[in-house]
Parts: sequence; structure tokens; C-alpha cells
Amino acid sequence: MRALNRKLLRDLWRLWGQILAIALVVASGVALLVMSLSSIESLEGTTDAYYERYRFAEVFATVKRAPENLANRIADLPGVQAVQTRVVEFANLDIPGFEEPVIGQVVSVPERGAPLLNQLAIRVGRSVAPNRPDEVVVSEPFAEAHGLLPGDRLSATMNGKKRDLEVVGIALSPEFVYAIGPGALTPDEKRYGVLWMGREAMAAAYDLDGAFNDVSLSLLRGTVPDDVINRLDLLLEPHGGVGAVARKNQLSNWFLMNELQQLRSMAFILPSIFLAVAAFLSNMVLARLIATERAEIGLLKAFGYSNREIGWHYAKMVMAIAGLGVVIGWGAGVWLGRFNTELYGDFYRFPFLLFRPGPAVFVVSGLISLAATLLGSLGAVRQAVALPPAEAMRPPTPTAYRKGMLGGSAFWNWLDQPSRIIVRQLTRRPGRSLMTSVGIALSVAVLVSALQWLDSIDRIVESYFFETQRQDMTVGLFDAQSQTVLYDFEHMPGVLAAEPMRSVSVEFHAGPRTHRGSIEGIRPDASLQIVQDVNGRAIEPPPEGLVLSTMLADKLNVRAGQNVRVEVLEGRRPVVLVPVVDTFETYIGTPAYMHLTALNRVLKEPNTVGHVNLLVDSSYHSALFERLKETPDVSGVILRQAAIDKFHETLAETLLIFVSFFVVFACVLGFGVAYNNARIALSERGHELATLRVLGFTRVEISYILIGEIGALIIIGLPLGCVAGAGLAWIMSASFQTELYRVPVVIEPSTYGLSVLIVLAATLISAALVRLRLDRLDLIAALKVRE
Amino acid sequence: MAVGCVTIDVEMTSPSGRERDDAVMRCRGLSKIYRTGEVEVAALRGVDLDLHEGELVVLLGASGSGKSTLLNILGGLDRPTQGEVFFQETELTSAADSALTRFRRDHVGFVFQFYNLVPSLTALENVGLVTEIAPAPMEPAAALALVGLAERAQHFPAQMSGGEQQRVAIARAIAKQPSVLLCDEPTGALDSKTGVLVLEALDRVNRDLGTTTALITHNVSIAEMADRVVTLADGQITEVRRNATRVQAREIVW
Repeated sequence: MRALNRKLLRDLWRLWGQILAIALVVASGVALLVMSLSSIESLEGTTDAYYERYRFAEVFATVKRAPENLANRIADLPGVQAVQTRVVEFANLDIPGFEEPVIGQVVSVPERGAPLLNQLAIRVGRSVAPNRPDEVVVSEPFAEAHGLLPGDRLSATMNGKKRDLEVVGIALSPEFVYAIGPGALTPDEKRYGVLWMGREAMAAAYDLDGAFNDVSLSLLRGTVPDDVINRLDLLLEPHGGVGAVARKNQLSNWFLMNELQQLRSMAFILPSIFLAVAAFLSNMVLARLIATERAEIGLLKAFGYSNREIGWHYAKMVMAIAGLGVVIGWGAGVWLGRFNTELYGDFYRFPFLLFRPGPAVFVVSGLISLAATLLGSLGAVRQAVALPPAEAMRPPTPTAYRKGMLGGSAFWNWLDQPSRIIVRQLTRRPGRSLMTSVGIALSVAVLVSALQWLDSIDRIVESYFFETQRQDMTVGLFDAQSQTVLYDFEHMPGVLAAEPMRSVSVEFHAGPRTHRGSIEGIRPDASLQIVQDVNGRAIEPPPEGLVLSTMLADKLNVRAGQNVRVEVLEGRRPVVLVPVVDTFETYIGTPAYMHLTALNRVLKEPNTVGHVNLLVDSSYHSALFERLKETPDVSGVILRQAAIDKFHETLAETLLIFVSFFVVFACVLGFGVAYNNARIALSERGHELATLRVLGFTRVEISYILIGEIGALIIIGLPLGCVAGAGLAWIMSASFQTELYRVPVVIEPSTYGLSVLIVLAATLISAALVRLRLDRLDLIAALKVRE
Repeated sequence: MAVGCVTIDVEMTSPSGRERDDAVMRCRGLSKIYRTGEVEVAALRGVDLDLHEGELVVLLGASGSGKSTLLNILGGLDRPTQGEVFFQETELTSAADSALTRFRRDHVGFVFQFYNLVPSLTALENVGLVTEIAPAPMEPAAALALVGLAERAQHFPAQMSGGEQQRVAIARAIAKQPSVLLCDEPTGALDSKTGVLVLEALDRVNRDLGTTTALITHNVSIAEMADRVVTLADGQITEVRRNATRVQAREIVW
């Protein structure tokens, strides 16, 4: 081995503590990057494979009732590859031992052979058999939630009739990767399940013999879905079509794609922070090393080593540090990536998970980290290269200090000499001091931005579930009913109040922009579900016109006072021009509201009700559930408390896991910065501190000088970190913004406090480690050696 | 060598009454053995030495003679392998680390070969560093005046010559009004002209304040300014000589 390489290895060994601290910061960045990239790659890979293997359709449409022979005409549409007609309905399920009503989405499958599209991945048991009308296959998460196994029975109210069904199989479907019930935000596998039933049995149950109410298509390669959708809509319109959607708008897929988009925007924000800090740290350590090796560098140059060889020698050191970090980061990243992907597997149900991060993930993360640290250390390496041999062999000129602005002030005179040493040291290298404070600040910022998610979720829940929803449950009706149905509900056991609502599928058009969604019709005097923006401003639906969420208004590029063309996708399918009266901010979804009477006028229908909000005396729950299960018009019941619990359970639990990762990462960051700063301070001032010991200063007193410096930088960094944390939270919130969620930046004082405490603890540990080294100061050496 | 040994016997066994009573520091049977791996090096071998109130002792010896080891032990920076060290009535050999720190803080002034000033503090502040923690210090400005640097009080080390820096170091050492001033090659890094200025400062402090001073040097000329000259070789005291008259520092040339 060449002598320089041997020197490199020994230097690395000697500085192992600092090098490990930097490598861990690099590793954190790499791990986050690998985690994000490998999760994205795995989820995309799994999704693509799943969709292809189980023939997930590309266009979906529902109709009221269309004759089966229409399928041939649909198949003849240009670009269509395969057509699968189905019967899809909702049913009320009664699961033995579960009191609350459960919504079942019942989807038909052929009794013979597999469906052409949206095939089932049978996990246990088998599919339904011909001539066995009571057999069903149930979705896996639902089966798990209720402990259902093939052979178990459950009862369902289908089209007003109670049926006793036998579970013969448990399955997953690409159509329900994210199996979410109507009106829910997160999957609630206890209260919503998918059942697959034989087509003939379903047709019989819902009077759809020789007809279908749902159709899915696959398309020939290269076909644009929009053209097919337009033609399909024309074909389906006379049969009560509510407008076809492309795969990208299919509910389950839409959620999945939203998630992937968030993952992508997350992928680069945090790793950048870690790598930037790692670059600064390696520069700091290298600069110090080069300062102590002036004589050696001069000697090497005197022996004839070229500048390039010297530069390369120190660059190799940086690469060794980064390399170590990259390797640790790869390992941690793969573990985290697998963990993360499996965690996604709990929400997004796949029959298999492909976790095989490709070489690109490793190459990209490795190169980025190496480039960042090398770039960061460029200054230090250049310093080594630029040293003229003769000068390098002379001792460095004594450090010149200046009195600075404070000198002579009353504050200055009040300071004792050790404190003056600290202040002068800090102000002599303002750049390094600032970067150290920034490093500490960034670790606080990472924590604040991670911990604030919990605050934000609380805020969303507060706004969505508590401020605007006051009902205990929402009961969905199969068909829009006359308002007299309210009377029935008002007289059910325990019902304290009942209020009507109506939700209508529509397509909004504003110039070239369109959005497919729904309009909620509410009464202005509604007290159970009210329209309120995120700031608590109540919005009363005006007698005419629309109130749009700002997200929807932005998407359509309309403002209050402008008109939107509303194409109703059900009933008589009127197309009307409706003015936008007001807009309001929401955290979830893209809602649009209208006065119930105005909406019914648009629909050209008498006063009708689509669902009913109920305020209920909780002691009557059992009796009420019993009645609701028996009421044929009821398509489903959503319990507010269950929705809140589920929302908390799914989001808060996942977030808690991620927040704990971030606590670890932020601690690594804070520790790395503080430890390196203190070690360098010790290396620079060990001689001075030993002198002070000889002069009679105690260990505590010299510790004050050493720890005081990093302490001051930490004290500056902490509040800076709180500000930066708010900024980072804002950036992340902005990049997380999807049609589904706007995560508000809400940071409770306790979040700032906790972040500061955690970073303080990490930095104190690093300071304590360096403090231990003060006990080993060689006092005698201080007498002899010229610094 | 034999004569030297006899001289020691005379000094130690029959000291004058004044010397016996006013010994500020006493060492008896000091040995110091350094072990590095398999090798043992005896830096001191059975050294007896007293430092008397107000005297200026020069410890003379070649490199490796053990003079620095002796000074380190006297200053409470190192412990002997064998033997005893007393400061007044306190035994230092068995003292805890904190007690040694206290001893240095309250009673010892150090002057180093390479000055060891804190570069971030001005001359006055460097002196203040010590007066702030000493029990009965003099004014930092007075200490600087004593070494002739009143004018340079607000200068940083980087703005001063080597001789000036060393005189600041002396001011820093004496400002606490120490019982003992220990100087390790104080002129070792200086040219003779500057070195003389430093010796003058030390001489003045010794005469004006009566500070017991031990000064290590390998420079024989400097021995002329001492009350007593102790020569070391191979870890032993080979000669103790008393100068009939102390030569003025400014008259020393090398």
C-alpha cells in the first residue's frame, strides 16, 4: 500500500468519532432517499404488475339499467379491447356479533370462468359456483376484520330483501386496492366490505335480468381514454349513465396515485437537508485536519508530490466518509423502504408486494451523496492544494483577533475572561459559527416539520369532523326520496334530530377546464352538517348559485361572480349555468354546496333527499341500528365517531411511526453537528485549555469555555430552528397538496418545545462525550508544545 | 561529580537556620520512572531539594537531565513514582487532583517556553484570566506595568513580539501573587536581546515582590542571576552552587 493511503487509513481511524458522526448524517439522507425511491418503485411496480395480471379495467361507467346487448355496441367502439358488464349495488350487511350496520358493495362476477376484467385474486377458498345464488366471495380486509372464513354466513339486505349468504372465498381485486366506503376518508374494513356474487344471483336480486348497471372497459394500446369515454357516455346516456371515468379517476386508483405523488414530492426535500449538512460537516472536519497537517503537506510537496496528488488524497478522505455513510444509508434505506412498503400494504391491499429496489435507487443516492460531500469539501481541499511548500512548513501565523463591536461596551466589561474567549472565538469564524447554528436549526426544523403532522391531523379532524359535522350518523338512501322520509327517521328510536341532504353527481365546466364531482344540497337552516371554512367562517348556502371549495374554484379557475356550467350526470341530466356565489377553504376534498331547494330546482325534481343526518341519543344506538338494518331504503350508515377513530387510527399510527424515524434522524443531525463542532473546538484549543488547567483552572471551568461555545451556537440555533421548522412545514404542506388533502401548517407550542428538547438532549450528549476528553488533556504537553 | 555530591550533603544536612525554617517547597527522595512499553526511563532518581522563601533558583541541565520533570512535579502537574513533595506543610504527593488544581490556582505561577497566551484575549485580559480566579491578586494593569508593558495592555498576542508575549506571560503568572513562580525555559524561544528583557522582568518580580522563583534553563549564563544554581544530570542533582552575588539580568550575555 502506498504511504499516503496508509496515512489516509490511519487518519480515518484516528478521527473515527467525527467521521462516524458525519457518515451517519450522510446515511440519514441516503436512507431517506432510498426509502422514498424504493417505496415509490415498489409501489409502482406492484401496482403495475397487479393491474396487468388481474386485468384492471381502464374505463369505468355506471348506468341505471342498460340492456346486455348494449355491450356489443360498446365493444365496437374504436379503441375498446374488452368489455365487462356487471351488476354493482350496495347492500346492508348484518354480521353476527357486530351491532352496527355494515355497508357492503356487492359486485357481480360470472358464475362460470373468471371475469374478463377486474379479476379476483382469490386468497382463500374459491369463487362462486353456478346455481348457488347464496355464495359470496368477500374482500380480504373485511374478512380479516370480522374473522370471516369460507363456510361462515352473514345476512344482507339486498333490494329490500334479507338474504342469508355463505362465504366461499376471500379475495382481493385491483379495483379495491384502497377499499373505501361511500363518504369515508380512510378505509374502514369493519364497516365497509366488498362482496362478489354470481351475476345471475345478483340480476335476480336487483331485477336486472338481461341488463347491467356497471360496465368496465379495457382499451387497445395507445388509445386515448377521453375519446372512448365521450362515445361511451353517448351510448349510456339513454340508460341513465352518470358519466364514465378513466382509470386515473377510478376511486381506489386515484387514492393510490395521490399517495405516490406525495411520496415523490417528499423524496427529495428531506434528503437534501441532510446532505447539505453533511457537506458542511465534512468541510469543517477536513479544514481542521488540513490546518493541523500544514507541515506534512509542505513536506509532501517538498518531496515532490504534486498538487493533484495532495488534493486527491484529501478528496479520498471525503469520499471515504461519504462512502461509509452511503453504505450505512443503503442498508437502513432498504430496511426502511421495505418497512414503508409493507406499511402501505396495510392500507393499499395487494395480493403481493414487489420489493426489489433496482440499481438506479442505489446509484442515484450514492452519487448524489458523494457529489454533495465532495462539493462541500471543495474549499478545504483547495486550501490544501494552495499551500506553498515553504509556507506550509512554517508554523501558522498566530491567529489575529479583533476587539469587535462589543469591545469596551458595558456588556463586554461585565463578561469574565472565559466568556470573552467564547465570544471572540465565535465571532472570529462567523461563517463556521453560523453554519453550526444552522445545522442545529435544521435538526430542530426537521423535528418541528415532522411533529407538526400530528398537530395538523388534529386540526383536520377538528375542522372536518367537529366544526362542520355535528350529526352522530349519516344514513344513505338507495334512491332520492321525498322529504316525507324525514318524518320516518325522526320517529326512529333515539333520534333527536334529522336533517336532509342531497348529493348529485355532476361535471363542472369552466372554459376548457372540467371537474367531475358532486354538488351537496343542504338546507340553510341546517344545524347538523354546516358549511364552514377552515377559519371557522360559516357559509350559508345562498338561495341561488354555488358555493365552491377554493381547491375546486382554483381547478376550474373561477371566482365568485363567474358562472360554471353544471352538467348533471343523473336523473334528467340537465345542463345549467350556475353562478359561483362564494368560495371557502377546506382541508379535505373538493366539495361544492348548493341550497337544497335550488339544487332540486336544477334537477327539475320535487324536494328530494339523498341522505339524512341524524343526531342520536347514544343510549338508543342498539335499537336504532336494529331499525336501520331493517329499513329497505337505507343503503348505508356512516358513524361519525367510527370515522374519526378510524381516521386517527390509520393516519395517526402511521404518522407516529414516521415521526419516530424523524426523531432518530434529527437526533443524528443535531448530534453530528454538535459533536463535530465541539471536537474541532477541542482540537483547536486543547493546548489553550491545557494551559488554563496548568494555571489552576478546574475541569468545570475549562469545560465552560469549550461547551460554552457550542452551547451559545445551540442557543442561537434552537429558535432559528423553530422558524425554519415552520418554513419547512409550509414547503412540505405545499408540496403535499393534492385534490384530496390540504395539510394545514399547524404547529402547537408544545411541538416547538418537544423539538427543542429532543435536539437539546442530542447535542448535550455530544457535548458530554467531548467533555470526557477534557479529563484526558495532557497538561505537561501544553508546557512544551508550540501551538 | 564527587565534589558536587559532597556539596549537596552539606546543603541538605546542615542548612542554615533561615533556610530550614522558610522552605516554601520541599522534595525528598523524588524518583520518576516513565514506562513506555517494555522500556523504563528513570527521569528522576532520588532528588532532594528545598525552595526557600524569596530565593531565585536556576535549575540547570542538559536536555533529558530531568529538570522539566522536577518542575512539573513541583508545580503539581505530575506525580513522582517515589518520594514526597511538600508545599509549606501540605504534602502534594498524595493530594487529589482537585487539591492539586487548587494548589496551582492559589499558589503557583507558571511561565512557559512558548508563552501559552490565549490568542483571543488582549494582554490585559490574559492577566485578568488569572486574577479573576486567584484569592488575592494584584490589579492586572499593575502586573503589566511591573513587566514594563503598561502601554501594550490592549494588544492581542498576535500584535506583540515574542519577548512582549513572554513578559505578558510573566505578568499573568505573578498577578495572582503566587508563593512560587515556576519558569520553564522562559527565554528558550527568544533571541538573547529579547531574552534579557524577559529575565529582567523575572528578576524585578523576584526582588520587588519576593516571589520564590525556580527557573529551568540549559543556558549556563542565566545561572549568574540566581541565588542558587542546581545542576541536574541523568535525573540526579549533581551540584548545588550558591552565587556570592547575583548578576543583574541586563548584564547577562549569551
